[in-house]
Amino acid sequence: MNTLDIRDVSVVYPASQGGEAVTALSDINLTIEQGDLVVALGASGCGKTTLLSLIAGFIAPSKGYLTLGDSSIKGYPRVACGLDLGDEVMGPGADRGVVFQKHALLPWLDVMGNTEFGLKLQGVGKEERRKKAAEYLKLVGLEDFHHHRVYQLSGGMQQRVGIARALANNPEMLLLDEPLGALDALTRESLQELLLDVWQETNKMMFFITHSVDEALLLATRLIVMSPRPGRITHQFDLTFNREFLECRDARKVKSSEAFIKTREQILSIIHGDETDGKGA
Amino acid sequence: MNTESTKVVAKSTLKPTQSNSRTEHLAVKEFTPLVQKLIAYVKLKISKPSIKSGEFYGAPGAGDSRLISVFSTILFISIWAFVTEMGFIDPLFLPSPVDVFEKFLDIANNGFAGATLVQHLSASLTRIFGAFFFACLIGIPLGILIGCSYILRGIFDPLIEFYRPLPPLAYLPLIIIWLGIDEGSKVTLIFLAMLAPIILSARAGVTSVRIEQIQVAYSMGASRWQVITQVIAKGALPDILTGMRIAIGFGWTTLVAAEMVAAQRGIGFMVLNASEFLRTDVVIAGIIVIGVIAYCFDLLMRYLEKKLVPWKGQN
Repeated sequence: MNTLDIRDVSVVYPASQGGEAVTALSDINLTIEQGDLVVALGASGCGKTTLLSLIAGFIAPSKGYLTLGDSSIKGYPRVACGLDLGDEVMGPGADRGVVFQKHALLPWLDVMGNTEFGLKLQGVGKEERRKKAAEYLKLVGLEDFHHHRVYQLSGGMQQRVGIARALANNPEMLLLDEPLGALDALTRESLQELLLDVWQETNKMMFFITHSVDEALLLATRLIVMSPRPGRITHQFDLTFNREFLECRDARKVKSSEAFIKTREQILSIIHGDETDGKGA
Repeated sequence: MNTESTKVVAKSTLKPTQSNSRTEHLAVKEFTPLVQKLIAYVKLKISKPSIKSGEFYGAPGAGDSRLISVFSTILFISIWAFVTEMGFIDPLFLPSPVDVFEKFLDIANNGFAGATLVQHLSASLTRIFGAFFFACLIGIPLGILIGCSYILRGIFDPLIEFYRPLPPLAYLPLIIIWLGIDEGSKVTLIFLAMLAPIILSARAGVTSVRIEQIQVAYSMGASRWQVITQVIAKGALPDILTGMRIAIGFGWTTLVAAEMVAAQRGIGFMVLNASEFLRTDVVIAGIIVIGVIAYCFDLLMRYLEKKLVPWKGQN
């Protein structure tokens, strides 16, 4: 049972030519435990993606520390210049799968090739990884598209391949950066349900970024609202709408419940408050 | 004061020209409706008449140019034939296409300068593709590694950037001094001309790989070496193939220089030898043979590009 612990983390991007240093994140404290589905919500530029990159190990914190279990995420590889830095230091790794908003599929591989890519990297035998990949492709509804070229698929299908690829690798934690942002409403809803199913089944930690308040409320066990300049967490909510949804399987019913509408209003007013603050400054 | 006066002058000079253009315009309208119609017709023909299915409005240069190319080539050869057959130009300067073709058959059957055309060609092709093979073997991995490592980039960047713009003829003497006058120096010269575009294109290909693709690979447990071989090298492939195409072209342009010294065979040697004896027909036949073969290889490379990197330009 691993826990992701973020303590007093700040990220400052150094001044580039003619600019000032930008504080992307300031004093972030966050704990994500097994079975948590944390959704980050906030206006553009509030550091959501920076936070995800930190957890993934793509960037290093300027201050504070991140730990996953006993290891510290430092944003550089465990093996540097042939020296093994040991388990306590790690950059990106197979334990934290990432899905980007715009799919990052490899165009020279077909759908199957992309899905089994992570397993292949880890040296899983061909038959086993094919079987596993096929399982997840079936889960996302792409069982008839194994040998299609990924750049000929629609945006929704590409994103589903991206999700299947991340899941097939069986990470401890799934990091999703607006994975459903570019999709149509129907695909979006079916993928939300799919993600919740996966979450319930596997009890994985998930960190999910979105712009949509409805999506955030429907998915989250914990919702963090972030605010820009400097990027920080301003509010946290513990939510249970996803449990309700998994029971009744009717998103519209959940979304029209009184509690849902009330919470949504509350969050919208926080976000709008941010905006007017920003204009006043 | 000064500015005011210039303004006045400007105004006064403007007036008459304005009235002039107005009357001219009227004259054009009255007297040349036929010309205007003609212009409109030509404009219509030059601009795309309509959008065909599968094309987008506004895509620059859309349309099939092959038929036009066939006609323009035929027209060019016709002009050539006309001016030479009519005796406008001395055959010493420009022989007629028929003479050149006859000479081509003669070289093909009886040979020129001690070897047949096929022998000349095979000597040259061996040099070019030998050099191409080694240039790819060294250039592609080196370019990828230079793109991936700041240390290697620091070491090799000044070297490559220094020698790349040098004309091969300039360092030919050095290579001959070092390597002698055998095949080695010829292949090396062509190899060096090909190496730079291959290295640079491989390096450019590395930077064209999207960072998300690399990050996702790391997040699936890839090691740095796996990322280089499984993601970056393959993502750089479209650029590498373009570089290989350019390199083959460089090879042909360097061929004549390589065959300048102590060659017994080679299509470039043949052309040089013919020029010494003022055999213009052989020179032109040789040039056409080089051009046609180079073009065929370019077509082959384009075909390979379509087969190997069908995702190029998609998304």
